[in-house]
Amino acid sequence: MKLAYWPGCVSRGFTTELHGSMAFTAEKLGIELVELDRANCCGAGIIAEHNQELADTLNARTFALAQQTGLAMMNICSTCQGAQSECQQRLDADSAYRAHINEALAGGGLEYVKGKDGFTNKNFLWLLVEDYGLERLAEKIVRPLSGLRVGPFYGCYVVRPKERLGYDEHPERDLYLEQVIEVLGGEVVEYDGARKCCGFPVIMMNRETSLRQAGTHVGDALDAGADCLVTPCPLCHLNLDMQQPEAAKIVNRDLGLAVLHLPQLVGLALGAEPKQLGMSKHIASTKWVEERLASPATA
Amino acid sequence: MAEYTLKVRRYQPESGAGAYWEEFKVELDPSLSVLDGLLQAKDRDDGSLSVRCSCRAAICGSCGMKINGQSGLGCKTQIGEAQHQADRRPSPDSATPIVIEPMGNMPVIKDLITDMESTHWTKIRRVTPWLLPHGEPPEREYAVEPESMIDITQSMACIQCGACVSSCLSMEADPDFIGPAALAKAYRFVGDPRDAETKERLHDLAHDPHGIYDCTHCFSCVDACPKGVAPMDQIMRLRRKAVEEEVDDDPNNGYNHVTAFVRMIEKKGTNDEALLVQESYALGWKGKLKPSMRAIKGLLESLPTVLRAIKTGKARSPAKVIPGIHPKLPGGAQGEVRAIYKHAEQHREEFNIYIEGEEDVEPEPDETETEETTA
Repeated sequence: MKLAYWPGCVSRGFTTELHGSMAFTAEKLGIELVELDRANCCGAGIIAEHNQELADTLNARTFALAQQTGLAMMNICSTCQGAQSECQQRLDADSAYRAHINEALAGGGLEYVKGKDGFTNKNFLWLLVEDYGLERLAEKIVRPLSGLRVGPFYGCYVVRPKERLGYDEHPERDLYLEQVIEVLGGEVVEYDGARKCCGFPVIMMNRETSLRQAGTHVGDALDAGADCLVTPCPLCHLNLDMQQPEAAKIVNRDLGLAVLHLPQLVGLALGAEPKQLGMSKHIASTKWVEERLASPATA
Repeated sequence: MAEYTLKVRRYQPESGAGAYWEEFKVELDPSLSVLDGLLQAKDRDDGSLSVRCSCRAAICGSCGMKINGQSGLGCKTQIGEAQHQADRRPSPDSATPIVIEPMGNMPVIKDLITDMESTHWTKIRRVTPWLLPHGEPPEREYAVEPESMIDITQSMACIQCGACVSSCLSMEADPDFIGPAALAKAYRFVGDPRDAETKERLHDLAHDPHGIYDCTHCFSCVDACPKGVAPMDQIMRLRRKAVEEEVDDDPNNGYNHVTAFVRMIEKKGTNDEALLVQESYALGWKGKLKPSMRAIKGLLESLPTVLRAIKTGKARSPAKVIPGIHPKLPGGAQGEVRAIYKHAEQHREEFNIYIEGEEDVEPEPDETETEETTA
């Protein structure tokens, strides 16, 4: 399997362990990634707040770069997925609008073509379940995550709005994390926050609202007995992991729950050592996860 | 006909007891609504089961409730579909019930009846939901071109059911958040060509710490709304207008954050996190503006997080801690991005699918550009 790969900004910024663990995990799975190193930021919904046409054109450029490779496109960030799907919906809705946007791409020799053969843009989570397949994933597992209790945390932009995100065709997209955790041999922890918002988008604007969301979800997962959370979104990771000590102050309780990126969780089951997956870079210690995996009997 | 189990969150204040769950068995056609199911339970099993309803046709907006955790209207949700949703995560024991709760983010008066006044209507009144024209009133009505009102038809479709308020994840964390229904209503007047206090309205909503910059973009209200209002989209329009109208001094860093982000991508193509943090607190700090006390406080607050990230190695490279040295896109790609900025800033087209609709003819994958432009 060969894919055009858009890693996004944050996986090369404050969550480099995500970029690294994706490279490791893709190799173990036998997925070849062709990185779109000339592509630009998705705008994270913020550029659209300033100028919607600008956001649409920037993402049309990324799609056009992916289409040039003739490969399907993969992202590793729920926020990229959401922002890009939103722009793609508008681009696909109207041929005159699409032609107008393509005018701006013509100078770079690029064009976004609606419905081009083989072109899709999917988050690693969707790709793993829908295209790679959970059975094939199961065959690759060398260290089942037995005894590890994992709370799923999706990130808003891969669960809502359902109408835009392909839920008609793939109605179980908001259950995939649970399915992956189970295939990897882990135990799914049910808690209130799995499909709620991490609060990251307002961390600069209303720090308290933002961190109260993150702290509440981490606390709920701890109360439900989770050993760790797993997320396909690096922005969620920033609020749930990097800001976790600050969130603990806002919700006024001890936290301390490891938050894994999805490729890290998969990588562990594929035999990687935590250090290879950059888990030592996390703010919330991942030691407990390592101990659990070393001696599942203590569960 | 099929049999369903409704698991209803009940609260009877006169009993003195707390809220509790009760299951009702109902029998009806899958195409009928969850509200029909509740009314059958009320009719046959327990007349005290309380629910607000009137039109039963998604017009009056009375029967807002949570069905399997999803906020919406009881009359607009088919019971067969609700069962299908419930079955996606089956309970280990017997048949999976359809779970019905009162709306969230507001006090419960009785069973499924919530207090709309204390939350919803108070917030609606907060945004001055009436027209504020200037000058002498015209002799007859205020006449405007029909086209100039199209932009606000989406926000005018609101039926005040409160489903979006019930679903709002920001309000869960900050009960003072003005919220999706009231802000969508605010856009209805901000976008109205007859209103003369657009800038004052935007200034008010941008400066309020619980205003337009308190929305986290979670899309909950978009999925909850039974009328396609997409309240979050209206909040984003308010933010767009606030930046356009140069409401640039809000204490929430809203204007700074958007402006810094947009400028940064034009210069670098991807996110320079160190620069974004600095500029969001104090836009154009480098030699242009003096940082305010608020900006210094914000930067100091983020310092422990940055120090921790340096310690673990998360942010150990110079580009991650020194603003502005993040690399541009390679090999002329940055020039392509700048060209896109030039084109898009000149046109600023705002395509709204709610208004324009989607073309029903699917173009062939190999359709040529000439055909596209003439379509």
